[in-house]
Formats: sequence, C-alpha cells, structure tokens
Amino acid sequence: MAEVTTVKVQAPPRELEREPLVLNNRGLGWISDKIAGIAEGKTPRWWWPAFIISATVMTGMFCCIAYLFSTGIGVWGLNQPVGWAWDITNFVFWIGIGHAGTLISAVLFLLRQRWRTSINRAAEAMTLFAVACAGIFPLIHVGRVWLAWWLFPIPNANSIWPQFRSPLLWDVFAVSTYGTVSLLFWYVGLVPDLATMRDRAVTKVRKFAYGLFALGWTGSNRHWRNYEKAYLLLAGISTPLVLSVHSIVSFDFAVSQVPGWHTTIFPPYFVAGAIFSGFGMVLTLLIPLRSICGLQDVITIRHVELMGKVVLATGSIVGYAYGMEFFIAWYGGNPYEKYAFMNRAFGPYWWAYWTMVSCNVICPQLFWFKKVRTNVVIVFIISIFVNIGMWFERFVIIVTSLHRDYLPSSWSYFKPTWVDICTFIGSFGLFFTLFLLFMRFLPMIAIAEVKGVTTQADPHHPAGGAKGGGHH
Amino acid sequence: MSDIFPKWTNRLPLKIAIGAVLIGGALTAGTTYYFTPKYTRVGYQPIQPISFSHEIHAAQLGIDCRYCHNGVEKSWYSNIPAASTCMNCHNQVAKDSPKLELVRESALNGKLISWVQVHKTPDYVYFNHSVHVNRGVSCVKCHGQVNHAEEVRHEKPLSMTFCLECHRDPAKHLRDPKDVYNLDLKISDVEQEKMGTKFVHDWKVNASQNCSACHR
Repeated sequence: MAEVTTVKVQAPPRELEREPLVLNNRGLGWISDKIAGIAEGKTPRWWWPAFIISATVMTGMFCCIAYLFSTGIGVWGLNQPVGWAWDITNFVFWIGIGHAGTLISAVLFLLRQRWRTSINRAAEAMTLFAVACAGIFPLIHVGRVWLAWWLFPIPNANSIWPQFRSPLLWDVFAVSTYGTVSLLFWYVGLVPDLATMRDRAVTKVRKFAYGLFALGWTGSNRHWRNYEKAYLLLAGISTPLVLSVHSIVSFDFAVSQVPGWHTTIFPPYFVAGAIFSGFGMVLTLLIPLRSICGLQDVITIRHVELMGKVVLATGSIVGYAYGMEFFIAWYGGNPYEKYAFMNRAFGPYWWAYWTMVSCNVICPQLFWFKKVRTNVVIVFIISIFVNIGMWFERFVIIVTSLHRDYLPSSWSYFKPTWVDICTFIGSFGLFFTLFLLFMRFLPMIAIAEVKGVTTQADPHHPAGGAKGGGHH
Repeated sequence: MSDIFPKWTNRLPLKIAIGAVLIGGALTAGTTYYFTPKYTRVGYQPIQPISFSHEIHAAQLGIDCRYCHNGVEKSWYSNIPAASTCMNCHNQVAKDSPKLELVRESALNGKLISWVQVHKTPDYVYFNHSVHVNRGVSCVKCHGQVNHAEEVRHEKPLSMTFCLECHRDPAKHLRDPKDVYNLDLKISDVEQEKMGTKFVHDWKVNASQNCSACHR
C-alpha cells in the first residue's frame, strides 16, 4: 500500500454499545495465551486429586458392569413388573444432558447468537461424554450383552432383521447418529485450535499429536472458507438432531401402551426437558471452571445469565407439561391413566414426584430475578437442583408407571441394589474423567471463534482493526 | 509442518483407507465363511462307539427308518433304538461278530451304548419331529442322505436361516407323505413346486414364523 489512510470510526453512544462478550478489552494474544495455557501449563494442583477420584469411581462402575455380565441382570433391583428402572433412567438422563451441547453449537450458531462461542467447545465435549455415558446403559441392560450386536441390522445366520417398527431400534439409530454427528462437529470446530496448539507446542510429542489432528491446517483463506462451509453444514445437520434424538427417546415410552407413558405430549416435553437438563449441566461444569481457570473475562456473567434464561424457559415448558399430563389424565377420562397420575403424585413414590416438581418447576422460577441470574453461586446451586430434578423426572416416569400393573397381585415397589447405585455414580466418574482429560489436553474454549466476537475483530468498532484502507 | 511430518505421509490417509477397506472386507468375508453354521456345524462326524453303517442297513437291506427310529412319527423326539431292536436280527445274523460286543452286552444287562449325538438343537429351540414327518418333510431335508452314510455326518447347517427357508416357503420342500422316508427320491423342481403348492393348500400348512413357534 502506498499510502495509509486512517479512517476514524465514531464510537457509538454508551447506551447503544452492546455489552462486550470478552471483558476488560482483552487482546487476541491474551485469548490464545490464556486458553491454550490451560492445556499447556503445569498440571494444576487440584487436577490430580479430582482425576484420581473420578477415575476410581469410574473403575467402580466397570467392576459393577463386570459383575453384571458375569452374574446376570438379577444383580440389579429391577424385576417384574418394574422391568426398566435405573438403567433406562440413567440412559435418558445422560442422553438428555447432551442436548445442550448440540443446541449451543448448532441452533445458536444458525441463529447467530455470538455468545455461544465462549461455551460451545466445552458444551460439545460435555455432549460427547454424556452420550458415552448414556450409551453404556442400554447396552448393558440387554442382559446377554454379547448379543447386543443384534441391535444393528447386520446380515446374520438367523435370517432375521431387528424389528424396524420398534422405537427401541430407532433409538439405536438416533443415538449412534447423534454421537457420530456430535463428534464430527466438535472435531471440525477443533481443527483451527489444534493448529494453534501445534504451533505453540514445544515438545516433539505435542507437536506430533496436535499436528496429526490439525490435519495440516495453515489458516489459509481456502482453509477458512472450507472450514466455515463444513461447519455451517454440520450445524445444519445437527439442528434437527436436537429435536429428533430426544423425541425418539420419548417414543420408547410414548409408543407403548402403559398408562403414564402413552402420551402424545412426550416428544416436545422430552426435548424441552433435555435442553433444560443440558443447560443445567453446562452451568454445573462451567461455573467452577471459569473461576478455577480464571476465565471470567471469556465466560462472563452475561453468559451465565443467558444460560439461566434458557433454563427458565425450558423449565417452564417442563412445568407446563407436568400440568398438562394431569389435565389430560382427567380430561381424557381413562380411569387407568387417571390412576397412574394420581398414583405418581400421591402413591408410594410421592417423594420422588415432589422432588422432581420442586427441582424442575419451582427452582428455576427464581431465574425471573436478575439478581439470582447474575449470582454465580446461586446459579450453580440451582443448576445442581436441575440435574437432580431431571434425573428424578425420568425415574418417576419409568418406575412409577411400571410399579402398578393392572392386577394388584403384580404390584411391587422398586428398590435399587448397591450395584444399581454404584453403576450410576460410576457413570459420573466416567463423565468427569473424560472431561478432566479434555480440559488438560484440548483448548476448552474455541480460541478462533472467541477472537471473532471481540471488539478488536469488529471493523465497525473503534477498537477494531482493518481500518486502514481495506475493508471499511 | 514439514518438520513434523515428512512428505511421504501425504499419501498415508489414502493408504490407511485402502487398508481399512481390505481388512474390513477380509474380516467380513472370513466371519461369514468361518463363523456361521454352514462351516461350524456341517461336517461334524464323531467316531461312534460302534461303527454302525446306515449304508448297509438302510440302503442295501432296505430297512425303513422307522424300524429303528420308531418314535419319530409320534414324538417330538426321534429315538435311538434300544439294543433289543438290534438283537431282533443280530441274534441270528453275525451273532458272534466282535463288532457287536457292546450291543450284546447292552441287550443282556441294559448297559447303555454311549452314542455320540450328531444333530442337536440348542436348548432354547423347540423342534418336533412328528409334526414335520407327518406333514411331508422328509428326513433327508435336515439329515441329508443318511441312508448312504457309513458314519453319520452333520450334513446341513441347521441354522435358523435353514429352518426359516422352509418355514417361509414350505411348497419348495413338502412331499407326498408316502415318500417322506424315501431318501433317494428324485423330483424335478417343477414337479416339486406343483405338488408342494397342492400340499400346502390341501393340508392348510401354516408354517409359523413367529418367534415363539420355536423359542417357547
């Protein structure tokens, strides 16, 4: 360029200025250093105890599963008429949690919600790890697990196919598609950041490992163009999955004829519940992490507040669905359904029902208050309650609907065994083990994307670059 | 990047992809061939305690299957004859043959001959011989030409596919009840189709494909 013209950009009036997504006017270099530093620096002192505890709990789960395989399903507390209990409860719980990641990464991307960039990477990782936890339960609940491959339509010497009219088979496809697409989406988003990690790496091993997965990324214009296109396409593919996966999970119940399950409201209600629980888990994970890793400038109070709003909205939908179930049970005039719902609220499992209602319906209503939404400690506590409530929701739906069969002679009361309990707790071990490894080895926040939403990257902003000639 | 990965690695993804396809194909083909009943069951031919020749008894002498396996028309089970059945003839024929030592001993003091079972349905499968042989399913369909066997051999896979092939299209397999025990019967495909269709219609054959037909 022969001459450099400086275009003076007028700063917008203060009241029109948007709250920045990266606080304290942090520069692009700071963002790279800060985020990559978490995965590069010395292992923080808290990390090892956390990892050892998680890994031990996870090992406990695998021991329980080994015991289950070697002995049989009888080691669990479920039995006729409660044929599904904690196994499927845990499955739905974990798969639901995953949905926040997909919503944040795909739907918010298409809706151009720029605040997603600070949380999408961690939320997508959470999705993957939640799907991994979820996948375990349907797999091990089949009993003879060595025949679990029958779930897939593989040609075999029996000349039969799985029952394509069964929602249980749709589930297999829904969840495996979901897992695959989520993994691809997460990985594609990671590529530019992996290249950053590669370029910053000092040891040979790190150079090799990050370099291998960075797929030769150079940051050229062509790479970025292809990347943006791939990312947009994957966002488009993932968006229907946000709705379809949990709809299909709800078909596991809705397509059956059990009173309490046989309801058309299930798909939307399950999807809302999934997003609700997912955001609960994102908050549970990110609120401590942002303090521990000093990321308050990237994951700001505004982010926490926005997530609180999503929790409030979806929590209200869930509350509405609970009410509507009762209304339909009365309005539909089916005595069995009416009994199933009355029994839910006032039968032997009343405690589970009211735990669910207090956690899912009452708790999130506190988010109407800005003071609550912006207080990270309270938000963290509420997010824990949301997690508890959503686990209980699935427990209530599954167990209370089953424990009263049509004949009083086959009524029973489900009690979990220690294997049930340890397997469930162990799944948290697996989840946190994977998450801890993720935050130690991969950039926890999408570095490249966060840079794109800073004021420096905005050519229309006085602090932004590219004023000289070029773009403006 | 060149300091991390040498140039030859550019072709590595393609090579890995080709390798994966080849290995995957080989594994699929290998499993299909070596790990299905067509391979794992067919050809099983254990040595029996007495070398009983079906060829001599059934083919050369023309003894009917039901002379020895006399329960087959009435029972789910096709029995192995007691030694007394053998002795009906062998108290006259070859009565001192050392080959028949175990038979004579069994007939005398009831000590069972430990035949080795060749055809065995798993315990989760219910199979009834009588309904099959009484509705025109010949022995040969499942057991092959036992009448020419020197030593009994597992001829057919007896897999679930094998059962279902017939249950899905019985007309291809049913024959005139008088020919059920004629293991040498030759019949053209056209004739079979014609007769089979007639039998299916006349006898109202409704070979169940329900899981609980066999897995009770």
